[in-house]
Amino acid sequence: MEFALSEDQRLLQDSLKGVLAGAASLDQIRKIAVGDAEASSALETALADFGLASLLVPEDAGGLGLGLLDACLVQEALGYHIAPSGFLVGALAATALGSYPDLLNLIAAGEARFGLAATEMTSRRDGAGVSLAKGKLSGKSLLAMNVEGATHLLVADNDAHLHVVEAIKDVVQMRTIDKTRAFHEVKFAGSKPVASPETGDRFLAVARLLIAADTLGAAQAMIDRAVAYAAERQQFGRVIGSFQAVKHMCAEMAAKLEPGRALIWHAAHALDIGDPEGPVMANLAKSYVAEAGTFIARTSTEVHGGMGFTDLVGLHYWYKRIGVNRQLFGSPEQARETAAELQGLLA
Amino acid sequence: MKLDLDPEYEAFRAEVSDTLAKNRHLAPTSEDKGYKNARRIAWQKLLIEHGLAARTIPKAYGGYGGEPDILKARIIAEEFARTRTPGPMAGQGISMLVPTLLELGTEAQKQAYIRPTIEGEMIWCQGYSEPGAGSDLAALRTSAVEDGDHYVINGSKIWTSTAKQADMIFCLVRTDPAAKKHEGITYITFPMSTPGIEVRPLVDMTGSANFNEVFFTNVRVPKSGVIAKPNVGWQVANATLTHERGMLGDPNATKARFLELVTLMKDESVNGQRLIDNPLLRDRLMKLQSEVYAMQANGLRITTSRLKGEPAGLAGLIVKLNGCDLNHEIARLAIDALGELGILYEDGEHLRADGSWQWRYMYDLGLIIGGGTAQIQKNIIAERGLDMPREPKLAKA
Ligand SMILES: Cc1cc2nc3c(=O)[nH]c(=O)nc-3n(C[C@H](O)[C@H](O)[C@H](O)COP(=O)(O)OP(=O)(O)OC[C@H]3O[C@@H](n4cnc5c(N)ncnc54)[C@H](O)[C@@H]3O)c2cc1C
Repeated sequence: MEFALSEDQRLLQDSLKGVLAGAASLDQIRKIAVGDAEASSALETALADFGLASLLVPEDAGGLGLGLLDACLVQEALGYHIAPSGFLVGALAATALGSYPDLLNLIAAGEARFGLAATEMTSRRDGAGVSLAKGKLSGKSLLAMNVEGATHLLVADNDAHLHVVEAIKDVVQMRTIDKTRAFHEVKFAGSKPVASPETGDRFLAVARLLIAADTLGAAQAMIDRAVAYAAERQQFGRVIGSFQAVKHMCAEMAAKLEPGRALIWHAAHALDIGDPEGPVMANLAKSYVAEAGTFIARTSTEVHGGMGFTDLVGLHYWYKRIGVNRQLFGSPEQARETAAELQGLLA
Repeated sequence: MKLDLDPEYEAFRAEVSDTLAKNRHLAPTSEDKGYKNARRIAWQKLLIEHGLAARTIPKAYGGYGGEPDILKARIIAEEFARTRTPGPMAGQGISMLVPTLLELGTEAQKQAYIRPTIEGEMIWCQGYSEPGAGSDLAALRTSAVEDGDHYVINGSKIWTSTAKQADMIFCLVRTDPAAKKHEGITYITFPMSTPGIEVRPLVDMTGSANFNEVFFTNVRVPKSGVIAKPNVGWQVANATLTHERGMLGDPNATKARFLELVTLMKDESVNGQRLIDNPLLRDRLMKLQSEVYAMQANGLRITTSRLKGEPAGLAGLIVKLNGCDLNHEIARLAIDALGELGILYEDGEHLRADGSWQWRYMYDLGLIIGGGTAQIQKNIIAERGLDMPREPKLAKA
């Protein structure tokens, strides 16, 4: 047995990190956060050139045919660099649309770009919810992702069935603490689905796993930054990293996150090989990494002292990324509840 | 143990509650933002007039002139929290400078500053921290050199809250560079309009500029601004830090926020279920309530120690650490309870409570760091509360 990444997988992640170090430097991210269209499209182009769109599309549909473990490595790198990207939603679409080769072809060719309106799969309120009647979708969805520039939208209806509709015009941006990623309220007035894939429990499991991988990356970046800051900043005539209090904060962050990395690999691999425990692990991974991430977001800020609270070092972009990810696709409590349900533990 | 208050105090509570109820309509609302807002100042003056703010500050300096009575102070704070009435103004001038002036200021300083400060007409900022002097505050380097009856100040401060709005600063400067670290520091006050002061706002994680960098270039200030006397600034500052830490961990403020959270969880529904009816969320709420109650009970213990003139010991030393953590956790539960909508901020149709929970979740983390970090608080608890030895190298420094 060997529980490790392959050479190819390491290479994939390293080369993507290389691209992101330039295209998603903190300076670039700051520009994107204030709506600089040039910075956004430069990052988008860099990621498209890297071939992210076709990664999960099967080879016979023109893609690279990679698996979820590869996707998690990509998402982790994106989270590490707090890079906004359509990768997560595109990957979800590619895994959900296995029986729609035409759509897969379009994804692989970079011609179809997907948005996602599935918040109501986990939480419905403020009159939101999308219903299917006579083959048409109507209603509204909150906090839809990657809607801008999308050609297609993956929509969950009130019975948690998925549909694909062609881009929707009636959208209103919803502002969140995360200025790098856009979220929208989307209204449907009789849109006709062009596809309605059956994905079962797998869809939410994959979504939760990918968002966990994103948090894994962002949390790792926060640890790395704390460790580097602690080695530089001096107080009382010594570097703060020499205080046990500070060392222990860093060690605790690492101790909490490392098992999360292993759990994500394991869950992704299990889903890739069709192990029935895969969805359970993916839900537990979302819960585990969300909790560790919350701790790390706070602790890394504390290691930075007042500096961590300012915009100067930009640490808050990671703090907010982790905070938003915690709520997306359901809370840690909801993910744990799903895990219990999948194991038949509910009465 | 005797928990009932004497009838005199129960009567006082009824009186406070009555005054608040009668005047509630005059209280500032969330619309009344910013310093020197007319409605906020009017409210503050009304509270002082009724003895609900600046209660023990002598009439001669603009206060209510009441006898110090810790129980009455408690009752007032409890009534504000219970009825969720906007309380008296706080801030560094009122909470830190005024007590310091009362203890150590000259008559002229008290006459000049206390009234406008407590009435909210004079805003202060606290110039302690410097880029190289945060937790190690005594490493501060901003220098003040004597020149006749003036000092000439050069250097810079950082994390100075409200410096942009402040009329005045109370500041720590090094007046004797040859003396030991803690012995050459002077506590001095001067107007922020003095030539040579530049204030640069620092944007923080909440997206607004709550604090600033302050640069001093040949700033000439009169020596009459010194509090106590030159070179004892460290002792003066320590007196104010105690006031700051008491303010930052105030259990009544925590309780008021907890009550807001309860309201939120009763009012909001997800998937057709009220948040309060979700057993997981309710359990977390009750866990926080146990902590709120514990910190309030801890506060009663401190009150009793003060009434007896005894030191509060551990009960007092833990207040800043626990209180600030609890505030942060209350905001965290509010966001978790709101779930996906908890990430909204700034504006929009679906935003809850003006985005204040997210704001608190960030700002309260700032307060875990500001006013002495959690780690420094733990050092103090261990060394002063538990008599544990200091770290070897620090002991020498
Ligand atoms: C919201 C906010 C408002 C503020 N307002 C003001 C203000 O109005 N005026 C003002 O003067 N200052 C203000 N400050 C500054 C505040 O007092 C300092 O940020 C604080 O004292 C920490 O100093 P630092 O930021 O330099 O962090 P550092 O001292 O550099 O600390 C970095 C890390 O090292 C740790 N550390 C340092 N020394 C030790 C040690 N001996 N043992 C263990 N761990 C240690 C700290 O706990 C922290 O985790 C404010 C800060 C904040 C966040």
